[in-house]
Amino acid sequence: MAKAEKIEIYANLCKGCEICVELCPVDALEMKDFKAAVKDLDKCIACMQCELRCPDFAIEVYKK
Amino acid sequence: MAYDYSKYLRAGKIPHIWCPGCGYGIIMKSMIRAIDGLGWDKNEVVMTSGIGCASRLPGYIDANTLHTTHGRSLAFATGVKVANPKLKVIAMGGDGDMTAIGGNHFIHACRRNIDITCFVFNNYIYGMTGGQYSPTTPKGSRATTAPYGNSDNQFDIAQLAMGAGATFVARTTTYHAVPMEKLMKQALEHKGFSVVEIIAGCPTGYGRKNKLASPAGMIEWQKDHSVAIAQWEKMSDEEKAGKFPIGVLHEVNKPEYVEAYDANVGLS
Repeated sequence: MAKAEKIEIYANLCKGCEICVELCPVDALEMKDFKAAVKDLDKCIACMQCELRCPDFAIEVYKK
Repeated sequence: MAYDYSKYLRAGKIPHIWCPGCGYGIIMKSMIRAIDGLGWDKNEVVMTSGIGCASRLPGYIDANTLHTTHGRSLAFATGVKVANPKLKVIAMGGDGDMTAIGGNHFIHACRRNIDITCFVFNNYIYGMTGGQYSPTTPKGSRATTAPYGNSDNQFDIAQLAMGAGATFVARTTTYHAVPMEKLMKQALEHKGFSVVEIIAGCPTGYGRKNKLASPAGMIEWQKDHSVAIAQWEKMSDEEKAGKFPIGVLHEVNKPEYVEAYDANVGLS
């Protein structure tokens, strides 16, 4: 299973729509202060669902 | 390595004006990846748009862009294409911009089969002006101008385009971000008038009035209500109720307008 090396979230771009958090199949993201945040990087399977569906260019997943 | 969108974006224009959870950002990303995937030079790409949320898109993209009057995206695109057929012309607009205010331009551009790619962003509502019902608002759905539910029948943009004579018609949703990119590539490469209808969520204008306020919930709704065209053709009418087909719905080859025109007047 693919793993992520890093998940970059740009707080200045995130509008807090929660699409990434709700669509993440492995619960690796959470909301913190109305912005998306990484909850558990080890859980991430680098499926890229969050990055593909973030309307605001605010999340980037770097595969290992 | 994550995909780098910055080379196609105008510096300093992001964050965009779209509301939190608006599907249009997802469409913009798929569109950038599609154009990049085809290896097109952005200096040869012309994007035109009318008025509305969808029509703000060309403002963010570092190509040749025209933000025109309401509904006239295709009129300007036709002018650009006829004047310089070498350019790759992409016209876009929302459901209201393309099928209500610009409805006449839309059907006649389909009829002419001019080599333009038309992306119609369908979020079922006039979002920018405050959530009035549009020609694609489903019957019974609520809008600020339909507090008891919309009594009008819904426009089917893909069928309208097919009936008017477009030679490539496809439909996709913001849930299908990767298939959307592939469909866009096919549409961009098609010689003739191609239409891609993209179902997108408007959590602010449509969602809040129709118990779909969560942006992720709207994306899940699209997943649950869309059916691949191959499967759709096998379904009974009862199974089809409330759902819509996605994928390439129509593809034929017909003479392209500018080439046919030039041949007709002896220019080629």
